[in-house]
Amino acid sequence: MKIIKAPFKFSGGVHPPDKKIFSNAAPLQDLPLPAILKVPFVQHLGAPAKAVVKKGDKVKRGDLIAAASGFISASVHAPTSGTVKGFESLPTAVGRSVEHCVIESDGLDERSELLQPFPDWETRDVSELIERVADAGVVGMGGAGFPTSVKINPPPNKKVHTLIINGAECEPYLTADHRMMLDRTEDVWLGIQIVRKILDVKTVYICIEENKQDAIEKFSKIECDDDVMIVSLKTYYPHGSEKQQIYVTLGYEVPSGGLPADIGCVVGNIGTSVAVKEAVVDGWPLDSRCVTVTGEVVVNPGNFIVRCGTSYDELFEAAGGFRENPAKVISGGPMMGFAVANTDVTVTKTTSGILAQSLAQTMRFTSLPCISCGRCNDVCPMKLLPSDMSCAIEADDIDAAIRLNVSDCFECGCCSYVCPSHRPLVQHFRRAKGVAALNKMLKAKEMEEKAAQARAEAQKKCEIAHAESEAKIESDQIQVAVVKDEISRAWGESVDAHPGAEQSVEASNGKDDNAKPGEQEITE
Amino acid sequence: MDLNLIFTTTAVISVIGLVCGILLAFIAKKFGEKEDPRVALVEDVLPGANCGGCGYAGCAAYARAIVLDDAPLNLCIPSGPKTLEALSRVTGRAGGEMVEPLMAVILCSGDRNAAQRQSDYNGISDCSAANVVAGGWKACAYGCLGFGTCARMCAFGAISIRDGLAVVDPELCTGCGACAKVCPRMLIKIVPRKHKINIMCSSLERGAVVRKICEKGCIGCTMCVRLENNPETLSMNGALARIDYSKEPIKNEGVIEKCPVKCIVKIG
Repeated sequence: MKIIKAPFKFSGGVHPPDKKIFSNAAPLQDLPLPAILKVPFVQHLGAPAKAVVKKGDKVKRGDLIAAASGFISASVHAPTSGTVKGFESLPTAVGRSVEHCVIESDGLDERSELLQPFPDWETRDVSELIERVADAGVVGMGGAGFPTSVKINPPPNKKVHTLIINGAECEPYLTADHRMMLDRTEDVWLGIQIVRKILDVKTVYICIEENKQDAIEKFSKIECDDDVMIVSLKTYYPHGSEKQQIYVTLGYEVPSGGLPADIGCVVGNIGTSVAVKEAVVDGWPLDSRCVTVTGEVVVNPGNFIVRCGTSYDELFEAAGGFRENPAKVISGGPMMGFAVANTDVTVTKTTSGILAQSLAQTMRFTSLPCISCGRCNDVCPMKLLPSDMSCAIEADDIDAAIRLNVSDCFECGCCSYVCPSHRPLVQHFRRAKGVAALNKMLKAKEMEEKAAQARAEAQKKCEIAHAESEAKIESDQIQVAVVKDEISRAWGESVDAHPGAEQSVEASNGKDDNAKPGEQEITE
Repeated sequence: MDLNLIFTTTAVISVIGLVCGILLAFIAKKFGEKEDPRVALVEDVLPGANCGGCGYAGCAAYARAIVLDDAPLNLCIPSGPKTLEALSRVTGRAGGEMVEPLMAVILCSGDRNAAQRQSDYNGISDCSAANVVAGGWKACAYGCLGFGTCARMCAFGAISIRDGLAVVDPELCTGCGACAKVCPRMLIKIVPRKHKINIMCSSLERGAVVRKICEKGCIGCTMCVRLENNPETLSMNGALARIDYSKEPIKNEGVIEKCPVKCIVKIG
């Protein structure tokens, strides 16, 4: 494989100490199977999956426990064999309450034969492969959890010409993708080939940062055609963001609010490639992932293959526990991760690492007023104005922040990292997005109420109109009866004498009053 | 100095002034925009707090709407029936029924002593900001975060934070609804004042879970529902007793005493 240098450079960004030394030498190891697994139904972006098992059901590893509901959604599978103990609403790492399926492991770890392996994937139909990726519940394992089956199946009006595989792992501390590239090179490469076939693209770039020379070397030894290239990126944060990665590789910018597919690119993750390979070639649904357990206070930091639904506590235990009590535990890396409120939350398909920090590291700063130094504006990789946005949000002017495109912020944390006033800028932006979502919801509710009111009014009007027309029909009927009476009186006895005459009068009412007498005469 | 010059100058300037004055007066009369004098009269009657509870952008906008667009007179909930009377006197229109007096209730009673803390929070002191960081410091995912975002929105100073819990002062609350729009957990309900007895909990968790994390959370024992025995007003919504505020209020005051966790409170 050819190695090229990244031809472009994105604006902004920072270079924090990478701190990968703690875990980048630890090979992947399987975590001992936990006794209880709590599998959340939301491990992806989009609608929550719907449970298809009941309490007390026996499941095998890989059995479907919750099916995707909707276009952007992903199925969830049992991570081991055992019994479904029930369903619980528990907080996830980001603090949202989500339905979890509690599975008690039977220790046998039997595999289900739900999905047929496709060793002959090269001859299979593309639609069959996409369906398989969807059935296996594969999602983007970089952090956002966008369903892969949707990503690799772009609408026909968007022609994809380039596949970029994201091996940058620019986030400090994390080494999961790095170890994946070293220890499972073959699987990663096979996964890339499958995605390449599905997307029908020629050009593939594998982007790896320079601080992972061993991975670059290992990939460069793979025999393949010249359209697959390794892009060696300068160690700089946030190279791992897909928009920045597309820019440094191709020089294209993803439009605001758009997806990479809009400019003909698809960005995949290392972990996702392995998941695609396992789904297609082995017929294994996505039920485990590589997680880096790291931090200065962890005794033996390492990279573990963990079943989804394993509690963070088990992971720290496997890593030898803590040197001192951690003050802060972060799900993900220190730049973009979420601080978790308690360590009893579970690993999902998007947990790339967990980081424990000591009290000394989590120094507490007071947020001071903005001094307009503009450093945040310099480092923002999206070319936003964090200083203006944060001041607007502090003044509760969320609309102004939205006008300044706060929704384009992907919360990389560069601005907070450089701010000399220690302003929690990213939290301000998250807050603005939260408030905007709340306002949108309230507005929708209000509209709904108004619509319901309008409907009720319309119904009332309809009812009145109905009652009126009913009354009119009644009065008409009375009139008809009167007319009928008159007619029958006019016909006199002759009508009475004739059987069925009354019926004929009724039937002919108002239609051919004149024709009837004639006819009657003839019959008589 | 020639005296004549002074006279001439004065005369010329006076004539110019007179002509300009007449011209300006004419233009003002012909093209001037007339502010309806009734608007000012109506605005004088309104309280001038600019709370926006009527649905218009402040009192001046509401006054203009009353005079020019025939807006209903009974929208100013904070000022009460006296203003309605004054408004109908000024405008000469029948005011109609006063809208039912409302007030805000914050459906949580888990203050710092009652509710369990799940972690330390060290970020922006604002509920909507705390809510996006691992769900805030409270173990309860439904409870009041107590950073006072609602209190800052209140134009009447009716909400105070006591022991990490927002509390509404019914004397000061006007029911304008500004607070209900900013609560990220949507705990604030604007309810008719006749509902004096309220269930101050919003947790939809099962009783066993609630009992672990909050001393004052509704555990779903159904005691109050059985005691009141009026399913129209008071019914169970899963493990949470819930009042239907569109129906008649709770009559039986015994429910306050009987509630094992004391989350039923009489307000006002």
